Amino acid sequence: MHIPDGFIDIPTSAAFAALAAVGVGASLKGAARSLDEKTAPLAGLTATFIFAVQMINFPVAAGTSGHLFGGVLAAVLVGPYVATLALTVVLLMQALLFADGGLTAAGLNIFNLSLVGVWVGYGIFLLVKKALPKNKSSISTAAAVAAFISVPAAVLGFVLQYAIGANSTFSVTAVLTGMMSAHIVIGAGEALITALSVTAVLASRPDLVYGYRGSKQQLEIRKA
Amino acid sequence: MVIVGLALSLLLAGGVSYYASSQPDGFEKAAGEIGFLDTAEESPLKDSPLAEYGVAGVENERLSGALAGLIGVAATAAISFAIFFFMRRFNRGKV
Repeated sequence: MHIPDGFIDIPTSAAFAALAAVGVGASLKGAARSLDEKTAPLAGLTATFIFAVQMINFPVAAGTSGHLFGGVLAAVLVGPYVATLALTVVLLMQALLFADGGLTAAGLNIFNLSLVGVWVGYGIFLLVKKALPKNKSSISTAAAVAAFISVPAAVLGFVLQYAIGANSTFSVTAVLTGMMSAHIVIGAGEALITALSVTAVLASRPDLVYGYRGSKQQLEIRKA
Repeated sequence: MVIVGLALSLLLAGGVSYYASSQPDGFEKAAGEIGFLDTAEESPLKDSPLAEYGVAGVENERLSGALAGLIGVAATAAISFAIFFFMRRFNRGKV
C-alpha cells in the first residue's frame, strides 16, 4: 500500500507529513532508550528483512497481489519505537531509490504504515498476548492476530486521508468498502508471514524478541 | 542470527523476487476499481537509475531486478545499521 503522488492534495499531504514527523521524532526518543548491544543489530536486520520481503508480492486473487506491510513483525521483534523507525527507513528507501510511493505522499505513507500499522498493531498484540497463556506459541498467535488487524487499520488511515483531501470525488463509503475488501486476503498473508518470522526468531533467539520479554522473566532488576 | 537474516534478505530480494507476482497490488487494483487510479502522478524520481526495481541499462530483466533487489538490501542495511548503532552509542553516552 504505497500511495503515489496525486491521490491526496498537497495541504493534506503536508499536514500528515507534519504528524508523521512528530511521531517519528517521538519514536527516535523512545527507541534510543531501548537500543543496546543486542538489540541494535536486530533493529537493522528487521528493517533490511522487511525491505526484502516487501519485494515479494504474493497473489491474493485473480489479477491482484499483495505484500507484507511489516509493522507488527517489526514491533514484536524490536518494540514499537524502533519499529516505527525501521518502517520509515524502508519507506524512504523505496520512495527515494526505487520511485515506489510518492514524494509528497511520503508523509501519508509514513503515517499509515510506520505509525498506524505499528502502534495499532502493537496495541492489539499486547491485548491478545494478555488473554493467552504465557508461552512462545501465544506470542506467535498474538502477532498473527495483530498483523491481520494492522492491515485494515493502515487502510483506514488512507481512507481518512482520502476523506480529508482527495483530488478525486468518489464517495468515502465506496473508497472504504473497495479498499477494505481488497485488503482482507492481504491481511491473512500479513498474519502468516508475521507468525512464521516471529516463530523462527523465537525458536533461535527468544532473548532478542521484544514482545516476548516479560512473558518469561517476571522480575527484572534495573540499574538506577 | 544477523548473518543468517542478511543472507535470507539477499536471497529474497535478489532471487525469489523474480518469482513474485507482477500483478497490481490490492491498493492499486482497488484504486482502479473505485476510479481514482488515474489521479496518480508519476514520481519525480521515475527516471532514477533504480526506478521500479530495475537497474537502468541492464537489458536482462531477471538480472536487472536481482541487482536492484541486492542494491536495495545493501542500502537499507547500511542506513538502518548506521542509524541504530549511532543511536545506541548516543544512548550509552547519555547514561
